[in-house]
Amino acid sequence: MRIANLLKIAYRSLAKNKLRVLLTMLGIIIGVASVIAMLAIGEGSKENIQASMAGLGTNSVMIYPGSVNQGGVRMGAGSYSTLTVADVEAIMSKCEFTTDVSPVVSKSSQVIAGNQNWHTMTVGAWGNYFSIRALNIAKGNFFSQTDERTAAKVCVIGQTVSTNLFGENTNPVGMYIRINSIPFRIIGLLEVKGQNTFGQDQDDIIIAPFSTVMKRMLSTLYLNSILASATGPDDMDKAKESITAIMRMQHKLTPVDQDDFTVRSQADIANIFGSISKVLSILLASIAGISLLVGGIGIMNIMLVSVTERTREIGIRMAVGANGTDVLLQFMIESVFISFIGGTIGIVLGIGASEAVALLGGWPVVITIQSIVISFLFSTAIGVFFGWYPAHKAANLNPIDALRYE
Amino acid sequence: MEKGQPLIAVKNLTKTYQMGDMVVHALRETTVEIASGDFVAIMGPSGSGKSTFMNILGCLDYPTSGDYFLDGVDVFKLNKDELAVLRNRKIGFIFQSFNILARTSAIENVELPMLYNSAVSATDSRARALAALTSVGLGERADHMPNQLSGGQQQRVAIARSLVNNPVVIMADEPTGNLDTRSSYEIMEIFQGLNDKGITIVMVTHEPDIAMFATKNILFRDGHIQSCKDVVDRKFAVDELPKLPAQNPDDILT
Repeated sequence: MRIANLLKIAYRSLAKNKLRVLLTMLGIIIGVASVIAMLAIGEGSKENIQASMAGLGTNSVMIYPGSVNQGGVRMGAGSYSTLTVADVEAIMSKCEFTTDVSPVVSKSSQVIAGNQNWHTMTVGAWGNYFSIRALNIAKGNFFSQTDERTAAKVCVIGQTVSTNLFGENTNPVGMYIRINSIPFRIIGLLEVKGQNTFGQDQDDIIIAPFSTVMKRMLSTLYLNSILASATGPDDMDKAKESITAIMRMQHKLTPVDQDDFTVRSQADIANIFGSISKVLSILLASIAGISLLVGGIGIMNIMLVSVTERTREIGIRMAVGANGTDVLLQFMIESVFISFIGGTIGIVLGIGASEAVALLGGWPVVITIQSIVISFLFSTAIGVFFGWYPAHKAANLNPIDALRYE
Repeated sequence: MEKGQPLIAVKNLTKTYQMGDMVVHALRETTVEIASGDFVAIMGPSGSGKSTFMNILGCLDYPTSGDYFLDGVDVFKLNKDELAVLRNRKIGFIFQSFNILARTSAIENVELPMLYNSAVSATDSRARALAALTSVGLGERADHMPNQLSGGQQQRVAIARSLVNNPVVIMADEPTGNLDTRSSYEIMEIFQGLNDKGITIVMVTHEPDIAMFATKNILFRDGHIQSCKDVVDRKFAVDELPKLPAQNPDDILT
């Protein structure tokens, strides 16, 4: 009953100052909305990274040539060609934690089709490269074992290459292109993958049989990298260890020698980017949190002004029977109400802003229940915290002093 | 309580203020009894202590020393919260400057004391507020804002507010100080009507003709009571109002 009356009193006095209440709320609204939007964007980018990592094949393990020590002179990573097809075969036969292994060589070159040309990367790999990298074919076929064995001049191209050479909505399968003046027949078009996490266009690629690229384009014995897929996401570390051991044996390294190769899993990269996006989320949330705090100080400011301005009113209320607690609660209810309603509007606005970012920016956003609950509780706590001092000040006024206040 | 028993008993009430180096004696050893059913007018020049006395009687202020019994309750033994309850249930206040909440309708102003009285339900409170407003002749203007009401009407809202919790005593601090003669007499008419119903009224005024409407006059001087006597030749607002010059719109301009 008494609380109901106090709610009524607080409501009436808030209703008399709509504009001021709204302006005070604005601080909280912006604070809560930005906390929600920032967390949603942060969470979205985290999931985006995870999704694109999964698209690359989460189980994949990459082996790069490492630095070598030549008579005391250490060369940088990848400075020396140490990987060979023999390494690939060794991993295939000895490692029990990998399913597919493929050598990878690449060469970037000018590609010509009719009167169009385009500069792109040609990757030479075995047929299992597609499954390791989780690439799907949109039109045509992957190349076969026979193509590999005969070093057939066939290739599978990405959508970007197709568009640049043949224009939009053209089926390139069956057409010919010239890479390094060598004519290749296009036998397949890859499904569109879009950009990866690092902004690289994953569709700007030509994939040809390993033997073809090796013999006809590069004439080298060394590989750019080896790509393997682990038996499962949990076996990544075991696969890495096993590959390292096999590779050391293969390269006849003594225990004192450093690895002349680097083994990296997709998960390692994902973790790095995951932690970057986590730091980013914390940063964004703390900026948003500061704006919430500023909003809270705004509430305190207005409530203090309001206590001073309404000193006489407080005196009148006390004269007709309000006690200190009544006055305290009235002001507390007012400030909590401002932050509560402000918080609610902020949540709605924050969700709206996140959706707008998702829609206009094409950026994935994920609104979590936690972020809503946290920002809501936080804003209400701000109302209590910053409302208490002015309310306490009002409640401790002496009725006669309050009444005489001019 | 029977009419004639002391409702208010004040003994040796003293109030001093410290103003820098000076000690101001607002009240010196004041002792007085006011019976239930009395209509007391407290007079005295400015600074004589009558307002201080009034504030202490109204439980808004504590004295430096002394005793005060209101309706059998030893007031100075109560804490702040108990005093608030006492003000709510037993005392109705009327001030010179009306002290009604701005931008708040007449009826909401009158409801105010009942919002702090948990014994009154919301629907009851509305009905009682309307009844109180009707009793002071403002039933039609319940939803008017203070700035839509004249001074006399605002003071009547304040009277209605003081009545809603059925107090044992009404404390009026210069209730007619800001009003013209006609409005003042109208307020006195209401006061005399309430007094006839048995409500005790204590009123501070410095207008001798207003004091004539009371039954008793107490004169303050230099912080103590100089005289306390019954009013002889008491005026009655019912008789006095018709004697006032008729309100003619042309008179205001000339």
